[in-house]
Amino acid sequence: MHGLDALTLARAQFGFTVSFHIIFPAFSIGLASYLMVLEGLWLRTGKPVYLDLFRYWVKIFSIGFAMGVVSGLVMSYEFGTNWAGFAERAGPVVGPIMGYEVLTAFFLEAGFLGVMLFGMGRVGRGLHFFATCMVAFGTLLSAFWILSVNSWMQTPQGYTIAPDGRFLPADWWAILFNPSFFVRFPHMVLASYLSVAFVVGAVGAWHLLRRQAGPHRLASRTMFSMAMWMAAIVAPAQIFMGDLHGLNTLKYQPAKIAAMEGDWDTEPDAPELLFGIPDMQAHKTFDAIGIPFLGSILLTHHLSGKVPGLDQFPPEDRPNASILFWSFRGMVAIGFAMAGLGLWSLYERYRRRLYLNPWLLRTAVAMGPAGFVAVLCGWITTEVGRQPYTVYGLLRTADSVSPIGAPGVRDSLIAFVIVYGIVFGSGLLFILRMMSRPPEPGETGPAEYEPIRTAGIVPGPATADPAHEHEVATP
Amino acid sequence: MSDATWLPVVWAALLAFGVVAYVLLDGFDLGVGILFAIEHKKAERDIMVNSIAPMWDGNETWLVLGGGGLFAVFPLAYGVFMPAMYPTILAMLMGLIFRGVAFEFRFRARRRPGRAAWDTAFFLGSFVAAFAQGLTLGGLVQGIRHEGGRYAGGWWDWLNAFTVLCGVAVVLGYALLGACWLIWRTEGPLQARVRRYAALLGAVVLGLIGMVSLWTPFLDPQFFDRWFTFPKSLVTFAVPGLILLLTWKFYRALGQKRHRTPFFCVVGWFLLCFAGLGISFWPLMIPPDITIWDAAAPPASQKFLLVGASVLVPIILIYTGYSYWVFRGKVGAETHYH
Ligand code: HDD
Ligand code: HEM
Ligand code: HEM
Repeated sequence: MHGLDALTLARAQFGFTVSFHIIFPAFSIGLASYLMVLEGLWLRTGKPVYLDLFRYWVKIFSIGFAMGVVSGLVMSYEFGTNWAGFAERAGPVVGPIMGYEVLTAFFLEAGFLGVMLFGMGRVGRGLHFFATCMVAFGTLLSAFWILSVNSWMQTPQGYTIAPDGRFLPADWWAILFNPSFFVRFPHMVLASYLSVAFVVGAVGAWHLLRRQAGPHRLASRTMFSMAMWMAAIVAPAQIFMGDLHGLNTLKYQPAKIAAMEGDWDTEPDAPELLFGIPDMQAHKTFDAIGIPFLGSILLTHHLSGKVPGLDQFPPEDRPNASILFWSFRGMVAIGFAMAGLGLWSLYERYRRRLYLNPWLLRTAVAMGPAGFVAVLCGWITTEVGRQPYTVYGLLRTADSVSPIGAPGVRDSLIAFVIVYGIVFGSGLLFILRMMSRPPEPGETGPAEYEPIRTAGIVPGPATADPAHEHEVATP
Repeated sequence: MSDATWLPVVWAALLAFGVVAYVLLDGFDLGVGILFAIEHKKAERDIMVNSIAPMWDGNETWLVLGGGGLFAVFPLAYGVFMPAMYPTILAMLMGLIFRGVAFEFRFRARRRPGRAAWDTAFFLGSFVAAFAQGLTLGGLVQGIRHEGGRYAGGWWDWLNAFTVLCGVAVVLGYALLGACWLIWRTEGPLQARVRRYAALLGAVVLGLIGMVSLWTPFLDPQFFDRWFTFPKSLVTFAVPGLILLLTWKFYRALGQKRHRTPFFCVVGWFLLCFAGLGISFWPLMIPPDITIWDAAAPPASQKFLLVGASVLVPIILIYTGYSYWVFRGKVGAETHYH
């Protein structure tokens, strides 16, 4: 790997570790809310199927969450180890917001996670539900703060710059609620919900495909139906949010849009390219196939709206169009595919064949991981599009890096690749294995699955029977 | 007094509190992992892990607070310290990754070898994380070279006899905390065994504390000055005095088979060591010459977070306390199933 400088390696390392990280939070944010809904439904209706589903997914949640925590821990130290320049200069603005994330979100999640995972038989039902809500709320808070930070890096405002180059906070309100935050936060939350809905839908569909009848039938159908409602409602909402996001980016980061569109010259009535190979050296997009005017309509909502081209920006300020063009298209394609599946499910529901059409079920299984792919595509679009800056227009990535030699960064990158491969590979395997077993009536929770029991409080293993459970719960 | 004078002092105190909380809390659960080295039976290991499973995540969050807090309120210290400690921080993170997932994975592995592998990961992860923290501490105490607000030392500055001594001290110190935690939370033969480990580890750790304490004043004339000139030396000798008092109490409690007291005696040792460090450091953030005022973020940043912290930290302590209370009592007493 000689020839790669510390900057490139540090970027590769950050991109690699953060890409792993984001998968797990997206999973946790969506799943925590889903668990909250399941438990709420169980408390309201008393139907055991919701409790079974809660217990089934909470075990999977605990694994995903653990991986989210350890991969996030790496992130919070990486700002110092690899991006000391960024830490010193942007730290006064970015640091306190991330401090708030720790104080409000991480502690909240961690504090109530134990009760949520192991506390069913130890606290009353109301308190247990409260703990689940706090965990779900914590994940959303976490997203709130970190997306505020990230959005500030994309569309900075509310700061002044000190003589030594440090960003000084001037107006916290303006910093937190910067222009791109309002589109980025809802887009990300919807993305998490969709990602989890497609996983849940795929698991339900898979078990229905394997065996229509059996004790798991009700649970699998419930999962599949819930997930398809999400696809039908949330996917179109996500497309709408994505459109808003694009308009926002056009306003604040036109170079990013130009790169996403593979557009080299500024033109009114720009086409929307469906295919093309942007070439950063030749300043051209080869083999472009496009629909005339569509680009202008999509981006400006006018037939002849002016869309900026990359030639408007000096070469050293251009983000990499070859990546952006495709990452953006990947995300959009998945978004439409999700909405399409949602529509299809409505139709089959109307025909009362929702659980029976094998092609619908098969498609749902195939689209299980789609949400995560879209999330990664979206983040790559966002982050690569911000290049060559870490704080857009103000602080270059080259000035953000730590004074560390390339060999150190390289070796640690290799170590990360190996460790993440082993650890998250095994985690994925465990999760898949758990999903391959259908949820069943009388599903056990983690507390019973693993022998954790304390003397004096609980007489015996809590059972799935809700009536019985209530007795044990109130000592 | 201007904001720029008192805010860094308050924040240094708060961060110190965060670090102490981390060391004590994650200290005992890392210690439990380290004790896997001498406890091999599956049933006992399950009990050990179960005694910490509901709280380890909360404990580790204090470490995030340490890193995040330093970033937020002392960005210069963060920017100098992290690159200097690059290898040890990364080693610690890798250790924590393996150990954090092993909590879940060791229960999921179906076959013996898989299980054994994740048990080893749990032990090694705990050990490596603890050792790396010790090295990091040693590296900080011995001082960090910097120029113009950036790290200016070499790749291996963190590795020498002193830092290794600190590493060993932290590993065994955590093991001792873990043993005392298990005395508190378990019973029967396991409890009897960890009580013996605690007795032995107690003596070794005391010796190590003594060695590190004697070595530190010779690293830097400033430290020496603080410890050995009258009248400051009066305070200086109070610390070892209190340690001896606690030692007496610790061994008496072990002898009387107390359940909780040994843990709190060891907590006392740790607190006194911190007090000692505080005496050496004040008002430095990073020896030999970065003070807390040099490293501080602008008052606007520190104030913004302080408003939140003063409300949130007490709330955090309350619900963390509640969660510990929910899981109080002996663990694994009648785990006869499985
Ligand atoms: C399930 C996930 C998912 C889906 C289906 C979509 N997105 Fe998305 N998108 C994300 C997940 C995501 C994300 C991971 O959440 C991003 C990355 C950063 C962010 O704020 O959200 C994102 C960013 C993002 C950006 C911002 C780039 C920037 O920073 O300037 C735009 C313009 C869009 N999206 C547009 C769309 C459109 C038009 C979609 C519809 C078809 C769409 N997204 C579907
Ligand atoms: C979690 C979802 C995220 C993903 C998947 C992601 C992805 C990436 C990728 C792929 C890069 C490399 C870009 C390049 O080098 O061309 C990168 C860089 C970076 N990102 Fe993000 N990012 C995420 C969130 C964040 C957040 C929340 C922040 C800020 C708090 C952030 C700050 C940075 C910084 C500082 C860099 C390094 C400088 C750079 O190369 O841009 N990222 N990220
Ligand atoms: C580069 C930026 C990021 C950093 C430094 C970071 C840091 C962290 C840390 C330290 C943790 C562990 C917390 C604990 O101990 O409980 C964590 C977990 C988490 N992070 Fe990130 N994170 C980043 C990006 C993101 C993004 C972009 C999101 C969401 C949109 C996010 C959402 C979460 C959530 C919900 C958790 C809880 C654990 C889990 O859900 O698995 N993080 N993060």
